[in-house]
Amino acid sequence: METKSVMIVGVGGQGSLLASRILGNVLLSQGFDVKVSEVHGMSQRGGSVVTYVKYGDKVYSPVVEKGEADIIISFEQLEAARYVQYLKKGGHIVTSTQQIDPMPVINGTAVYPDEIIPKLKAQGIDVVDVDALTLAEQAGTSKASNVVLMGVVSKKMDFTEDVWQQALEQCVPAKFLELNRKAFALGREQA
Amino acid sequence: MKKLMLGNEAFARGLYEAGCKVVSSYPGTPSTEITEAAAKYDEIYAEWAPNEKVAMEVALGASIAGVRSFCGMKHVGLNVAADPLYTAGYTGVTGGMVIAVADDPGMHSSQNEQDSRHHAAASKTMMIEPSDSSECKEYTKMAFELSERFDVPVIVRMSTRVAHSQSAVELCDREEREAIPYEKNAAKYVMMPGNAIRRHPIVEDRMRAIAEYGESCPLNTVEDNGAEIGVVTAGICYQYAKEALGDQVNYLKLGIVNPMPVQIIKDFAAKCKRVIVIEELDDVIETHCKKNGIDCQGKELFGWLGEISQTKIREQVLGIKPEFDTFEDTVPVRPPVMCAGCPHRGLFYCLSKLKVTVSGDIGCYTLGATAPLCAMDSTICMGASISALHGYNKALGAEAENKSVAVIGDSTFMHSGMTGLVNIAYNATNSTVIILDNSITGMTGHQQNPTTGKNLKGDPAAAVNLEDLCHAIGIKSVRVVDPYHMAETEAVIKEELAKEEPSVIISRRPCALLKYVKHKPALHCDTDKCVGCKQCLKIGCPAISIHNKKMVIDHTQCVGCGICTEMCKLGAIKGTEE
Repeated sequence: METKSVMIVGVGGQGSLLASRILGNVLLSQGFDVKVSEVHGMSQRGGSVVTYVKYGDKVYSPVVEKGEADIIISFEQLEAARYVQYLKKGGHIVTSTQQIDPMPVINGTAVYPDEIIPKLKAQGIDVVDVDALTLAEQAGTSKASNVVLMGVVSKKMDFTEDVWQQALEQCVPAKFLELNRKAFALGREQA
Repeated sequence: MKKLMLGNEAFARGLYEAGCKVVSSYPGTPSTEITEAAAKYDEIYAEWAPNEKVAMEVALGASIAGVRSFCGMKHVGLNVAADPLYTAGYTGVTGGMVIAVADDPGMHSSQNEQDSRHHAAASKTMMIEPSDSSECKEYTKMAFELSERFDVPVIVRMSTRVAHSQSAVELCDREEREAIPYEKNAAKYVMMPGNAIRRHPIVEDRMRAIAEYGESCPLNTVEDNGAEIGVVTAGICYQYAKEALGDQVNYLKLGIVNPMPVQIIKDFAAKCKRVIVIEELDDVIETHCKKNGIDCQGKELFGWLGEISQTKIREQVLGIKPEFDTFEDTVPVRPPVMCAGCPHRGLFYCLSKLKVTVSGDIGCYTLGATAPLCAMDSTICMGASISALHGYNKALGAEAENKSVAVIGDSTFMHSGMTGLVNIAYNATNSTVIILDNSITGMTGHQQNPTTGKNLKGDPAAAVNLEDLCHAIGIKSVRVVDPYHMAETEAVIKEELAKEEPSVIISRRPCALLKYVKHKPALHCDTDKCVGCKQCLKIGCPAISIHNKKMVIDHTQCVGCGICTEMCKLGAIKGTEE
C-alpha cells in the first residue's frame, strides 16, 4: 500500500500529542508500518503545533510536506487555513470551529481572517467542521476536543469502532476513559 | 512484541536491554525523554544532574567503576560537557559509556543550529547515528559493545525528527552484567601531562582501528540498486532520501559518522556516475569525501540551513516540485507565548514598564522577549544572563547598574548561573539579578531540579535554599516577591535597582501548569463597565482578546490568576462570585 499521511494541527496545549498517539495505535494494530512525528519544547507554549502520522507497508520519512497530507485534522480554524498547503489534491480536512486569537491578532498587528471554513469549501476542499469544544464540554471537559475530533475522523477511515476503542484504552489513563469514550461517541455521531 | 516508541523511548529501552546501570543527564529538548524513560526501569539508577558537565563526569565515574553508564543532553549541552568529553577521549572507559547528543536542525526549540559531529571529531571519540526508533534501540546496545571493545566513549547522535518520531520497536529482555572489578590504573585515568602524553598515541591508534572496523561493519551499509546516482547519507536524511528517491539511486548509509571509513566510500563512488551527499547542518561527510578524492555534490544542492526533507531532495535531484493549494487570505503567524496564568508574565510586565535593560537566559521566560512585553535585550546560553549583566555594568558603570537586571530561572541558575553570581559578588558590580523561581524546569516539560525538593523519580530530596545560597555567595540584599502582585513586585525592583550593592530578587510562584497548582475559576468581563481601552492587552495574556470593542476572556484558557484585574482601572474584570 502506498504511504498515507495524516496531519494533526492546532495550538500548543490543545492535546494534539494524545490524538496522534491514539491514531498511531489504531494503525499499528492494523498491521501497518507507522511513524508519528511530534514537536516538543517551545512551540508547545501556545504556538502553532503540528503532528504527523504516516502509515503504509513501509514508511520512511516521518515528516509530511506540502501537498502530501491525505487528511488534516485541525483543532482550530486558523490552523486549518495555515496548513491547507500541506493537503494533497482531493484530501480531506476535519476541523473544529474553535477560534483562538494568536498574539499578533491580540496585539492588533494582524487580523484573524473571517469566513475561513466557507472560503476553504469554496476552494473545492472537502471540509468537515464540528463544534468540538461544545461537544467536549458536553462530555465533561473542554480538554476532550481532541478525542471528539478523533471520533469524527474515525468515520473518514476504514477501521471498525472496536479498534478505536482499544486504542483509547491504551492511550488514556483509566480514570478518564469513560469521559473520553463519551467525547469520542459525540464526535462519531457528528460525522 | 512490537511497540510504537519515540526514538528517545527506544533509546532508553536500549539502555535497559544493554544492562546500563547509571544514568545522569540534564534536560534539553529534544533529548529529555531518554532519561525520563530510563528512570521508569527500576534496574537503572537515573538522576537529573545540575548541568551536562556534572552529568558526563558522573557517567565517566560510573564507567571507571566498571559498569555501563549513560548521559544525555541536547547539542548545546555538549558544549557545557565538552571539558570532560575531550579528556574522556584520552582516558577511555572501563564499563561501556554512551552519550546521547540531540541536534536540533531547524531550531524547533534551540538557540543555534550547531552540528555535534564536530565535537566527536575534535574529542577523538566515536559517534554513531540512528535513523528511526528501532535503530535507536539497536545502535544504543551496539554503542556499549563498541565502547568496551575500542575503549572509547561512544556518542549516539540524535536529531529532533529521530528523537521525537514514534515508530515500531521489537522489545527484548535485559542482559544483566556484572561490574568489571575495579583496579586502580593511574596511567589510564590520571590525566596529567606525563600520562596524557602516553595516552595520545593510543587514542590515535584507536581511531584508526575504528575507521578500519567501519570498512566492513553492520553499521555502514550499501544498497546497490544498479543506479547511476549514488547517495551517501546518515541518520534521518537516509529516511528522507528513501522516501524521495526510492530505488532510483544507490545508497551508502553511514551508521558511524566519526571516524568515517574511506575505502567503502571510494568503492561505492567508483560504481556511480554521480555521487550526492545528503546531510543536515554542516558538510562533514562531504568534506571527508572530497578530502579522499571523491567527486561529489552536497551543500551546493541543499544549502546549510535548517532541515533536509523529501521535498528538497525531490526538487534538487529529480527536479520535481510539490503542488498544493494556498488559503486566499493572509494567515497571521502564531508564535509561542507565555501560558495563561504564567507567573513570569507579571514580572515581565513590571520590567517592560520600568524600561530597564534585561539580560535574559534560556527557558520559558525567554518568551518575555516577545510582543507585547518585549522585555529582553539579550539571550545567549545557559547562565549568560548574570555574567553578561556584570560585563555590561562594568562597561557602562553606575548609570547602567541602576537600569539593568538579569533574569534567570531556578533550574538555569543551578545549571550555570551561580558562578556568574559569585563573580558579581567577588568582583563587585551593583547588579540586580532576578531569579524566576517557578519550582520546576519548565520549558523542557517539568523536570525536577536541585531547588524543588524532589529527585528524578519524584522522591523527596535535599532542596537548595536559594536565599541562603545567595547570602553565602556574598549577596546581602535578597528579596522575595510574588509576581502575581505586580505593584509590590515593581516597588521591590525599583528599590533594589537603587541600592549601592549587588542584590537578588527571587520572583517566586510555581508554574501554572504544575498538577498541584490549584486554579481559580475563569474570570469574565463586565461589558457594561468595559470601555475597550485595551489596557488589559498590555500583559500579553493569550486568554484575553478584544471582540466588538469589548474585552473577552477565553474561559478554556483563563486560570483566574487575576493579574489582568490590576491592569483594569474600571473594575470590569470579575470572578464568578462577583
